[in-house]
Amino acid sequence: MTKRGIIEELLARHQKFSRRQSETIVNAMFEEMASVLAHGGRIEIRGFGSFGVKQRGARQGRNPRTGGMVEVEAKRVPFFRAGKELRAGLNGAEQDAAARSA
Amino acid sequence: MTKADLVDLIYERVGSSKKEACEVVEEVFKIIEDSLRQGGKVKISGFGSFTVNHKHARRGRNPQTGITIIIDSRRVLSFKPSQVLKHLVADGAKRTV
Repeated sequence: MTKRGIIEELLARHQKFSRRQSETIVNAMFEEMASVLAHGGRIEIRGFGSFGVKQRGARQGRNPRTGGMVEVEAKRVPFFRAGKELRAGLNGAEQDAAARSA
Repeated sequence: MTKADLVDLIYERVGSSKKEACEVVEEVFKIIEDSLRQGGKVKISGFGSFTVNHKHARRGRNPQTGITIIIDSRRVLSFKPSQVLKHLVADGAKRTV
């Protein structure tokens, strides 16, 4: 599923909003989330998970092709951690039941 | 930032009621969750992609008691930020230095 797919599904589930509005909603949400992360912020969506930024220190790396040493600068990288409900949902109640009886 | 901030943003952008904005924001995350539950991959251009990976059952050990236990096979979620997001986050760091 892509962003387009989310917009289509939103249209199907929420008849109150027009196609234009649905596009605006989905685009605005992810642009805003990207912007928060760009500024080093943290995002917490209950039941879904949290996004944040981690600091990576400078390190000595290697160019895999030449084998030469290169300096890798310190940088910030975005990360995501799935929430409890989402993780549980992925593994389904029926799967849990099957595991318990096995 | 929490879900409430996203609700405010949608409320301002779309001019809907707060209640509708709240419903629609929750629905977007629900759609992503539903798709992932079905084992699908969700790719949001300019942001990143969510994929479900299968982990086999393996033997693990409780580090406190040393007792060997079986860790059941399970599905885990991974998020890979897009190049665009990676650059945004990395450049944001440079600006503040």
